[in-house]
Amino acid sequence: MAITSEKVERARISPMHAAKDIAVITRRNLLRNIRLPQLLIFATVQPVMFLLLFNYVFGGAIGQAIPAIAQGKYINWLLPGLLIQVAAFGAGQTALGLTEDLSKGVIDRFRSLPMARSAVLAGRTLSDLIRNGFVITLMVVMGFVMGFRYQTSFIGFVAGLLVAMMFAFALSWIMASIGLAVKNPEAAQSATFLGVFPLVFASSVFVPTQTMPDWLRTFAEVQPITVTTNALRGLMLGQEALAEFGPGINPVQALADAPSVHGQVLMSLLWSIGILMIFVPLSVRVYRRTVG
Amino acid sequence: MSKPIVRVENIVKVFKKANVRALDGVSLEFGAGIVYGLLGPNGAGKTTLIRVLTTLLRADSGYAEVAGVDVAADPTSARTHIGLAGQYAAVDEYLTGRENVEMVGRLYNLPAKEATKRADEVLHNIGLAEAADRTVRTYSGGMRRRLDLAASLVGRPQVLFLDEPTTGIDPQSRLGLWDIIRDLVAGGTTVLLTTQYLDEADQLANRIAVIDNGRLIAQGTGDELKDQMGGSVIELHVGDEVRDQAIEALTGLSTEAAAFDQYRGSLRLPAPDGSQTLLNVVRRLDERSIAVQDIALHKPTLDDVFLTLTGRGAAEAEAEAEKVTTSKRRGPRGRSN
Repeated sequence: MAITSEKVERARISPMHAAKDIAVITRRNLLRNIRLPQLLIFATVQPVMFLLLFNYVFGGAIGQAIPAIAQGKYINWLLPGLLIQVAAFGAGQTALGLTEDLSKGVIDRFRSLPMARSAVLAGRTLSDLIRNGFVITLMVVMGFVMGFRYQTSFIGFVAGLLVAMMFAFALSWIMASIGLAVKNPEAAQSATFLGVFPLVFASSVFVPTQTMPDWLRTFAEVQPITVTTNALRGLMLGQEALAEFGPGINPVQALADAPSVHGQVLMSLLWSIGILMIFVPLSVRVYRRTVG
Repeated sequence: MSKPIVRVENIVKVFKKANVRALDGVSLEFGAGIVYGLLGPNGAGKTTLIRVLTTLLRADSGYAEVAGVDVAADPTSARTHIGLAGQYAAVDEYLTGRENVEMVGRLYNLPAKEATKRADEVLHNIGLAEAADRTVRTYSGGMRRRLDLAASLVGRPQVLFLDEPTTGIDPQSRLGLWDIIRDLVAGGTTVLLTTQYLDEADQLANRIAVIDNGRLIAQGTGDELKDQMGGSVIELHVGDEVRDQAIEALTGLSTEAAAFDQYRGSLRLPAPDGSQTLLNVVRRLDERSIAVQDIALHKPTLDDVFLTLTGRGAAEAEAEAEKVTTSKRRGPRGRSN
């Protein structure tokens, strides 16, 4: 008998049944977030700290080097980028949560129950999406208090938040695969940190990419964190936020050469969808193998 | 026996990376309403067999059926009939006891109300009614194991799999868990439990299978196994100068003559009548004025079972399993007593 003759399950789990299982697991994960104070504190204090530090420490210096549309306020430039940074680091929680469940035998229990196979992973990424939504909301409120103002429309602003959430959800699935593959919580943490840290800094999150050396700039401008950050800035601040600027640069020409907001939004969504198309099936496969 | 509720035929599972034949052609079957005990040291294959039967692991070959369902072909159906409490309490620290059990009930596809009702019931039965609304973080190790058991019961499983349910908990909690398991069986649940303790298997199981190196090496009731081992043994220490005298004095008190065990430096003889044999031995030695330095009645342990069945003790079997070898076990050496 081959081990790979997997799909012979006679009893099927209906979509309704699966939805209920996902809801049960999501609720359980969220309760955990609320009851484990450290999780909530780190999930909220850390991003707020970043916001304060970057704005007040670097804001003065960098404020001169950002597009005019930000009105000289670094917070306007920074907040969309930090939302993406937080989504990227927050996704590591998905890996962490899964490895903890693995090491404590909780996943064995789930797998011995007549529940949807997909529910453990879907419930985990969904609860992390909700947690991310909470953190993003908190940061936006904090941003407004610190002087952030969107320059486009409320709809553009909300659309930006949705693009950020979509991206966060996609990253969660990458981290789910990593967590299941490395299996232990400490390894999962270093793996996600090593992966995410360079990507966040080699992007437009903190500073415009135009001052980077060519080789780095080329990389930075196509990688999903920059694309998504640009999409958010375009949606919240307007097309001008994506144009090069500075002495010797003709603003009209620069604006005409800048990547379009729609293009960046589309690219970001394509990145998210592409990631999901690869990492959802991959996570499910690793999940089956890991615990099998 | 009526239709078996668990049937295992020639199951083989090899862990290729570690090069271990964890299960090397295991076959067993038993009917509903009993406790079936799987006895063996660490690394013998107990957990692997449980994992195959609870659909967590696919066997390389062979057939396994629980409640009439082929676990490999239809795991989802099989899962509706089983409950599993593993070696570690797989409960969520940050949920209350009730939330833990309710969640599992929901995942057994009980409607929300039914899950709540059922959670109350099992928590009550298992003696956790008062602690039900505390987060599990505040529970002791024994309470966690009981909660884990409660969670495995909430779906009214036909067969309950308990993987070393009392390993690592204090003796009192252990006795408490035994009572709970007895109640369950009285209520009609079938239990397959693994254990490293002969007394646990003896206390709880109607039938016991001894597993070693992925093979069943003996099956029977506790009494049958103990008969095979010759029951209890008396071990006594006397001075070297009176040893022969003592052996002679004890003639006729047991089924065999007392034998000197060089390794332990003691005399050993079977005690077919248990403490009565011990009393007779003490009386006889006293009559002959032979001074005894130390005397004890040993009930057979897993170690004795292994010594009898395989010629090597359980600890040795365990060490061998850890060495990750696939070599066949050596022939019986027999025992010195």
